[in-house]
Amino acid sequence: MSWTDLKSDLSNSGYVATDQLSMALHISLSLGRPLLLEGPAGVGKTQVAKTLSEIKNTKLIRLQCYEGLDASSAIYEWNYQRQLLAISASKENSEPNEEEIFSDKYLLRRPLLDAISQEQSPVLLIDEVDRADEEFEAYLLEILSDFQVSIPELGTINAISKPHVILTANGARDLSDALRRRCIYSFVEYPDKAAELAILSKHHPHLNAHLAAQIVGFVQALREEELEKVPGVAEMLDWAATISGLGINDLSDDPVSLHATLVCLLKTQADQASIPTEIAQKLVGKAA
Amino acid sequence: MPLPTKFPTRSETVSERIVDFMEHLRSQGLRLGVAETHLALETLSEINMTNPDEVKLALKSVCASDADQYAKFDDLFKAFWFNHTRKIERHDPADKPANKSHWSNLSQNDDGMISSGVGKQDLPDDESNEGEEASQSGEGRLVASEIYNINKADLREFMKPEDQEKAKLVAEKLARAIRDRRSRRRRSALKGAALDLRKIARKSISTGGVPFKLAKRYKPDRPVHLVAILDVSGSMTVYSRIFLSFLKGLVSADQRTDAYLFHTQLVKISDALRDPDSFRSINQLSMMAQGFGGGTKIGKNIEMFNKQYAAHSVSSRSVVIILSDGYDTDPPEVISNALARLKKKGCKLIWLNPLKGWKDYQPVASGMAAALPHLDLFAPATTLNDLSALEPHLGRL
Repeated sequence: MSWTDLKSDLSNSGYVATDQLSMALHISLSLGRPLLLEGPAGVGKTQVAKTLSEIKNTKLIRLQCYEGLDASSAIYEWNYQRQLLAISASKENSEPNEEEIFSDKYLLRRPLLDAISQEQSPVLLIDEVDRADEEFEAYLLEILSDFQVSIPELGTINAISKPHVILTANGARDLSDALRRRCIYSFVEYPDKAAELAILSKHHPHLNAHLAAQIVGFVQALREEELEKVPGVAEMLDWAATISGLGINDLSDDPVSLHATLVCLLKTQADQASIPTEIAQKLVGKAA
Repeated sequence: MPLPTKFPTRSETVSERIVDFMEHLRSQGLRLGVAETHLALETLSEINMTNPDEVKLALKSVCASDADQYAKFDDLFKAFWFNHTRKIERHDPADKPANKSHWSNLSQNDDGMISSGVGKQDLPDDESNEGEEASQSGEGRLVASEIYNINKADLREFMKPEDQEKAKLVAEKLARAIRDRRSRRRRSALKGAALDLRKIARKSISTGGVPFKLAKRYKPDRPVHLVAILDVSGSMTVYSRIFLSFLKGLVSADQRTDAYLFHTQLVKISDALRDPDSFRSINQLSMMAQGFGGGTKIGKNIEMFNKQYAAHSVSSRSVVIILSDGYDTDPPEVISNALARLKKKGCKLIWLNPLKGWKDYQPVASGMAAALPHLDLFAPATTLNDLSALEPHLGRL
């Protein structure tokens, strides 16, 4: 499969990818390397993983990173309660069997261990890796390079199949060079006008061409404004759904309800205050 | 076997050309090792190598590893493969001025030494050059070493932007030294060095006395809150620019730091100092300071500070830094009372006096003498070196 095939596959599943992103994904798949996606929030980094699992028809295993995420909630944990129950139950009959207690039955598989013990290669999405602590990042390196997990009581567990790993980050913290080195890298930016139009028509094919162009133009113009939180692609799609749901056929028709729908795009109070009705209308004018 | 490529013929094989390209990228600051070269070659076998666009896309995702490199990769690629190498060399100094001057400094080391013997030089390059020389000789502390050559100059002579920049850096380091404090008590938390036995015992009740969840404890940060008060009266105007840069450094190191200046009135300037355009804000503030530069009413202004700001901005975790020469037109009791009242807040008081560094200086000015008993630290601020030498003292406060 070449990268252009991959691009059209992605597009058929509803994801409009740039050449660069499709190439990065293609390389990462064919070389079995993790793919690190960086970029502002709302440009569709997470969606890449979801779409990929659809194309490959495999399971998507997602590990959402957060501050304080540790090995026990990312890799594995012993089911202590169950172990304890087993111990107290066996007390009456015989001595508790230690090997029995530290067996697979009492192991709680967390996403990372789960991902390497699948029959068919899953897509492993490590979302917002920059939110996790540095210690966890170091642990992640080990797993990403060897695809094995060592559990002291059970020994080393090797990967049955190698997962396709996709990491996303949006700059909450600088990632270490070591992690970057192991990954294929792609920076995902806000789509340009043509790409965004393509995305919109993929998701809302019934929208008429004029309105779609207006919507995309408006959102693109809005991104140029000084906002605290720039609207992403997902917001744009929400907004388009709202507009078509309200039966608006032209953005310049009804300034008041247009302004009311901006709640889909502007997510902070300051941003909403900075785009009053007049500016919204000016942006519509620019978009047209 | 040489492969038929349309690459310019300098090296023979694809691998050699890729090695050259990697070398080119390395020279432009990308951190690439042998493993990356290998990966790049592997990548090329996955794609159609004869299509330059495809090769560019592929190598970009392999070689670039952060947003900056990602942005400049296209130019680097073009420069190498399409024989515009000369162009990129001309680009280089503009791209990385810091790097460039660093190298030129190193190579000019000897010249710099000689010219320093001949006379006073004005080139900023030469100054930083000497600074490096000093730091190599192992003299002084980390702050002091970088600004070694200008340490002898009185702060009055500093009017150049570079010097202001240095004052700012010194201040940032000082602010960090003062601020980073740990609490003595421990608090339970998800992560931490010590076990929280009380919590473990409490939680183990629900599991029949077996401790499953190990609670931890750590010492939380208790950052010190800095308040800087700068005297910009007539006698201090010569120092005001450099001290303003110093204040700017303090303020930009931490959001909670407050800065004030006074002449005959007290003005809060922390917000103005946080203006991202440093020279604009410093120029503005200096003008403001000069405009007033009349008589000094230190005592009255500190009293005003007590009334207006101290209630909510000074606590027992504050360090109040006063930058003044101590020449007061008020009777000495005023300053003494004001400082005593401020001291009751439990804060630490530091007085930095630019005159103290002078030979045979005695704090005989009545205001200064009256202030002395209330101070935790009375230190000179005559040279930048004096300021950076404060670091160990401030750490102990």
